[in-house]
Amino acid sequence: MSAAIELLGVGKEYEGWPPVVALRDVDLVIGEGELVALVGPSGSGKSTMLHLMGTLDRPTTGTVRVAGPDVAAMNDSQLSRLRANAIGFVFQQFFLLGGESALENVADGLLYRGVDGVARREAAHQALQRVGLGHRVRHRPAQLSGGERQRVAIARALVGRPMVILADEPTGNLDSATGGELLELLLELNAEDHATIVVITHDWDLASRLPRQVEIRDGRIDGDPARVQPTGRSKLDIGLQSRSETPAATVGTH
Amino acid sequence: MAAGTPISSVRPDYLQHRPIGVLDLGRIAVAALGARRLRTGLTALGIAIGIAALVAVIGISESSRADLLATLDRLGTNLLTVTPGRSISGERPTLPERASSMIARIGPVQRVGAVEALGVTVRRTDLIPAAETGGIAVIATDAGLLPVLGADLAAGRTLDSVMERYPTVLLGSVAAVRLGLAANDVGNLVDVGGKWFTVIGILKPLPLSPEIDRSALIGLAIAEQLFGATGSPTTIYVRVSEGAIADVRSVLPATVNPADPTAVAVSRPSEVLAAKAAATSTFISLFLGLGAVALLVGGLGIANVMLMAALERRSEIGLRRALGATRSHIIGQFLTEAVLIAGLGGALGAGLGCLVTVAYASSQGWLVAIPWTGVVSGLALTVAIGAVAGLYSAVCAARTSPTESLRAA
Repeated sequence: MSAAIELLGVGKEYEGWPPVVALRDVDLVIGEGELVALVGPSGSGKSTMLHLMGTLDRPTTGTVRVAGPDVAAMNDSQLSRLRANAIGFVFQQFFLLGGESALENVADGLLYRGVDGVARREAAHQALQRVGLGHRVRHRPAQLSGGERQRVAIARALVGRPMVILADEPTGNLDSATGGELLELLLELNAEDHATIVVITHDWDLASRLPRQVEIRDGRIDGDPARVQPTGRSKLDIGLQSRSETPAATVGTH
Repeated sequence: MAAGTPISSVRPDYLQHRPIGVLDLGRIAVAALGARRLRTGLTALGIAIGIAALVAVIGISESSRADLLATLDRLGTNLLTVTPGRSISGERPTLPERASSMIARIGPVQRVGAVEALGVTVRRTDLIPAAETGGIAVIATDAGLLPVLGADLAAGRTLDSVMERYPTVLLGSVAAVRLGLAANDVGNLVDVGGKWFTVIGILKPLPLSPEIDRSALIGLAIAEQLFGATGSPTTIYVRVSEGAIADVRSVLPATVNPADPTAVAVSRPSEVLAAKAAATSTFISLFLGLGAVALLVGGLGIANVMLMAALERRSEIGLRRALGATRSHIIGQFLTEAVLIAGLGGALGAGLGCLVTVAYASSQGWLVAIPWTGVVSGLALTVAIGAVAGLYSAVCAARTSPTESLRAA
C-alpha cells in the first residue's frame, strides 16, 4: 500500500507571545484506501493537523507529503492545484453556498480543476446519487436537513475522486442518529470506492467505529495501533521517526 | 460516479494548471450578487446616478449645440450686415445713399437688401399713448430685403413692389406678438406714425437677424411720401457666396464709404450663434465636474461594499481556497463582482441619461443628439471605477490565509 499522506517530524508553532506550539515532532503515515480517525480533545492540535494534511497551512518544522510531493517546496498556486486535484474537504459547518442548489454546490468541487460545466454537473449528479441524495438535486441548502447538507458536502468532497478526503468533525453539528448514518456512508465509501478518508473527531465512540484510530494529545501522537511504516524513506527519515516513537497504546475497539 | 470504480484509482496530474473560465467567473459573481440583491441594487444605483448625470449633461448640451448648428446650416453663414460705425468725431454717421448699389457691384455678392429706420412708432390704435412703442422699430425697406434674409411668412403676403407703395405693413414675429396680433389678424389696421396701415403679413422668426423680428416693415416709397425717409440705409444685409465671405468683408467698408471706411461696421450674425454653440460646451464643464463627484461617491460605495463582502464572506473564501482556488482566482472573483456592480450601474445610468436627454431635448424642440462617445466612455469609466474600487478588497480577500478564513466561521 502506497502512502497518501506522510507527516515526518512535523512541528507547528503559531507566532505570538508566548508562541503556541500546536504540534511537536509528529510522524504519521496514512496509506491509500485507509479510513483513519484522528481523535483527541479540543486544543490537542488535531485541527492544525488537518490544516497541514490539507496543505492549507505549512509546518514550522518537518516534512508534509500529500499525494507524493513535499508541500514545503510548493508555492501558493501549486498548493491550490494540489488541493483542487488531490484533496477533498468536509467541514463541521458544511460551508455550502446558500445561493446555489445542491447540484451546483457539488459541481463547485470541480470548479478549480477547470473541468467544463457540463462534465461538472454530470459528475455532481453521480456524486449526489452516491451519497443517497439523487432526489435532492435542485434543493437549496436551506431546504435540506443537517444530515442532508453534510451529505451534499461529502458529495462535493468526493466528486473529483481526490486521493484523500479530510473530514473535520463531520458529525459535530448533527444529532447522533444522523451522525451514525453519515458514518455508515463514510465506511461504505471507504469499503466500496477505496476512498482514503481521515476523520477528525473528539468523539471516541465515533472513532472506535473506524478501522484505525490515531490519538493526539498536547500536539503529539499519543496512540496509533496500526502504525504504517513510511515507504521508500531514507534511513535518516526512519531514524527521525523512531526517535519520536511513543509506546503504542491501543485505545478503543474496531 | 461510476459504480465500482475506486475513487483513488484516478490519478490526475496533481499540479496541472487549468485556468477557470470567464463564464464560471461570471456565474459565480452573478450568483453572489443575486444573493444580495438589495445591496447590489443600492450600490449600483450610486454609480447609475453619476453616469446618468454625466450622460444627460453631455447629451443635453450636445443636443442644444446640434440644434444651433443645424439652425446655422439652414440659415447659412454667408449673411453679412453693414451698419454705420462710429466716426472719429463720435457722432453717429449714416450710410451713403448709394451704398446698396455699390455693394451689389462686388463680384461675390449675391443679394443686397437695405432698411432705413424711421423715427415713428407703430401702435395697435391711435388711442394708445405714443410713448408705448413696445420696443418695435418701424423700418422702411423694399421687396429685395426678404430674399436676402431668407425670411418666410407665417401668415399673409409679402411686401412686393406694388404693396410697398401703399400703407401696408409687414410685422416681424416678435412685433406681431407685442401688438397682440395673430395669424388670423392679417388685414387688421394698425397705427403707424399716426396713419392707418393694413397688416398684410407676419414673418417667421429670423434667428440671424433678430432685430427684424422686432420691427414693422413698410415700403420705402410710402415711407418717403409720409415720413420723409431719405433713402440712406441704416442697415444693409448682404448675402455673399460661401467661399468669398472674408474677402467681401474686407472690402465692404471701403466700398460703402470710400471717404471714411472706419465709419462702416460689418458683422456676421452667424458668428453670434456659433459663439453661443461654443459657449454651451464650456458651460457644461461645471456639470461634468458634479457628475464626476457623483461617480467618485458611487465608486466609494462599491469599495465599501466589497470590503464588507471580503470580511463577511471569509468562510466562503476559505472554502474556495480549500476547493483549490488560487489567490488569483479569489482576486478574479471579487474583481468580477465589483466590475459587474459598476457595469450594472453604468448601463442603468447610461440608459437613464439617454432618456433624460431625449425627454429634455424634445421638450425644448431641439434635435436629439445621443452622446455616444459619452455613453461609451461613461461605461468604460464605470468598469475602471469598479476594478479600482474592488481591487483592494480583492487583494485583502486573497491574502487572508485559508485557515484563518475557515476559523472565522
